[in-house]
Amino acid sequence: MSGAPTNGHAHGAEEVHRPTLEELKERKLYTRQRVHEGQETITVSMGPQHPSMHGVYQAVVDLDGEIIVRTRPGIGNLHRGVEKLAEQMTYHQFIPVTDRLDYVASFAMNHGYCEAVEKLMGVEVPRRARYIRTIAHELTRLANHILWLGVHIMDFGAQTFFLICFRDREYILDLFEMVCGARLTHSYARIGGVSKDLPEGWVGRCRSVVDFLPKRFDEYERLITSNRIFNKRARNIGIFTSEDCNAWRITGPTLRSTGVARDLRKDEPYAAYDEVDFEVAVEYNSDVYDRFLVRMKEMRESCKIIRQCLDNLPDGPYLADDAAHVLPLKKNVLRDSAAMIQDFMHVIHGPHVPKGEVYRAIEVPKGEMGVYIVSDGGPKPQRLRLSTPSFYHGQAVPAMFEGEMLSDSVGIFGSIDVVLGDCDR
Amino acid sequence: MEMSLPLTFAAGLLWGAAAFTIVGALTAGLVLAERKVSARIQGRVGPMHTGPHGALQTIADMIKLVMKEDVRPARADATAFRLGPLLVAVPAILSLAVIPFGAPLVMRDLNVGVLYFLAIPGVTVIGLLLAGWASYDNYSFLGGLRSSAQFISYEIPRSLTVVTVVMLAGSLSTVDVLDAQATVPYAVLLPFSFFLYCVTSLAEINRLPFDMPEAESELVAGYHTEYSGFRWALFFLAEYAGFFAAAAFGAVLFLGGGNGPLLPPIVWLAVKTAALLFIGMWIRFTLPRFRADQLMRLAWKVFLPASLANLVLAALIMRALGS
Repeated sequence: MSGAPTNGHAHGAEEVHRPTLEELKERKLYTRQRVHEGQETITVSMGPQHPSMHGVYQAVVDLDGEIIVRTRPGIGNLHRGVEKLAEQMTYHQFIPVTDRLDYVASFAMNHGYCEAVEKLMGVEVPRRARYIRTIAHELTRLANHILWLGVHIMDFGAQTFFLICFRDREYILDLFEMVCGARLTHSYARIGGVSKDLPEGWVGRCRSVVDFLPKRFDEYERLITSNRIFNKRARNIGIFTSEDCNAWRITGPTLRSTGVARDLRKDEPYAAYDEVDFEVAVEYNSDVYDRFLVRMKEMRESCKIIRQCLDNLPDGPYLADDAAHVLPLKKNVLRDSAAMIQDFMHVIHGPHVPKGEVYRAIEVPKGEMGVYIVSDGGPKPQRLRLSTPSFYHGQAVPAMFEGEMLSDSVGIFGSIDVVLGDCDR
Repeated sequence: MEMSLPLTFAAGLLWGAAAFTIVGALTAGLVLAERKVSARIQGRVGPMHTGPHGALQTIADMIKLVMKEDVRPARADATAFRLGPLLVAVPAILSLAVIPFGAPLVMRDLNVGVLYFLAIPGVTVIGLLLAGWASYDNYSFLGGLRSSAQFISYEIPRSLTVVTVVMLAGSLSTVDVLDAQATVPYAVLLPFSFFLYCVTSLAEINRLPFDMPEAESELVAGYHTEYSGFRWALFFLAEYAGFFAAAAFGAVLFLGGGNGPLLPPIVWLAVKTAALLFIGMWIRFTLPRFRADQLMRLAWKVFLPASLANLVLAALIMRALGS
């Protein structure tokens, strides 16, 4: 793990007290002690049709007054058997299905899958494609965090903020629309690169967006970070220490809010992350408020990364020239017989894949997303297993809810950023 | 003038129908205004299609609500379920009776008008509790409990705040309170009272940041989760009638109501009420919401001592004014 960069709270230069693990455990224990066994409880079902539950997650909670005693989570309402579907599809065909995992950050899903397949096939991705992927991935992270922020603040009752966030997310969706035609389900990554090159004028437009967004973030900070009601509500609730996070395999911003500077972009760099300079956002209080701060910081870092990638964007191909594993450039297919045969073989038969197993994890906006592929040498995976962050985060919910108040439950659930498409698969 | 009992009854029915119509129209206007204000704050346009600039949208909504099927949960307590919305809506309409809209438009100049205004909404608590309990639903039940706790808690600092006005005016009649402000409105003499009144009123009428009873992020819609159609419309009506009454009463108590140069009193009161209503809407679409226990702590540990201190302050001001 890389060294933890220092990062003060919103108070500026003022020295911030960093709670030790013991202190955090004590705070957590204080919450847990509000649960008394043997009390008469009433049962309330939060979801899957609850108006403010995120997606079709169900949490049946037993309440002692306003205190949550027990939580029974229910997932699987959005199960589509994605992993089984993968076994019926060639490696190329599965890319659009990955869009439907975490539909809020679909490029990140494309990217994670392609990285794993490339590792299996040993495909070398051209430098320009790696830069484009980095830009697209960070734009996805921005879109994801902005949407998360709006919804999360609405969990605490502020309605207007939701619409402000949606408006700002539009700028990013417009950028994606320019580059691949789709606003939500991008399917932009391909094995060995990306499907299309950046269109004319895109770089300038993207630069103006990432220059503009930090100004919006300043406005968010003015509205939320120092808002007394939000501070009162979000501090010291949903404490989940680094130990808890390890026990429940929680990653991403939630883990980074506990003082652990784990970020696969830094620890096991992929795409162009080893060529850009950025900081891993870390906070220490392990509560809902600090998860918010981590994501605010990450959004600023994303803008920084995109700006650097745009400055250093190399020329060259955007798709690897590798006939056995990679689709040909579309523009050549109807002109060049070799490309046409390559296209035909990939579409009808599929790529040539070596036998073997591979695991590849990348840092998607919600945490670590891992793809495990077992190949028997055929054009379709023998077994494909996805390890998506929302699944692990969703199962930790009962541990997080214990002893918290019903009013905070929605806020706590929101703070770990679960998308049910990602969780149920 | 003595009237026979049936005649009195008929007259009462007529007055009641008139009051209901007026309050209904008021609510329609207020809902439209709120939708337009919220749209403006959120960078939208709001309703645009029904009538010019969506002016008839709330009328259409009301017709829809009245024509809806009357749904009652199978296990709900039928009598209490029906009684709940009535006990919420009727006090909200009744509380408008003592507001002096201008010389000929005071429905009743009670000599205890201020007390009446504070006391009547107390009945609402029973309605909310009944509605929440009778629905046979945990969201409603919790919502009903929360709202009754909140109502009772915030009624105390609110009443204590209004007492300062009564002290200065020397009368419980709303008309006398208005007359006492002929030169200087009480918002100038008692700015702290005015502030306290506005904040506790927001809590009293269940609006953000104090809209705990119907906190939709955890309790779906609180006590009225199971209600639909006309019964739900009654809750809605009560909410907006209460909002309007609190603003109008605030304008009377602290801003000199209909007092003002040139324009007739009714216009002045409308302007002042509208200003308070706008602030209420502005707050609703800007702030997040408090948590139930924080709300209670705020009521008992902050607002109650503050309103008591305010009482002493008002006494000192009275002394200084030499009245």
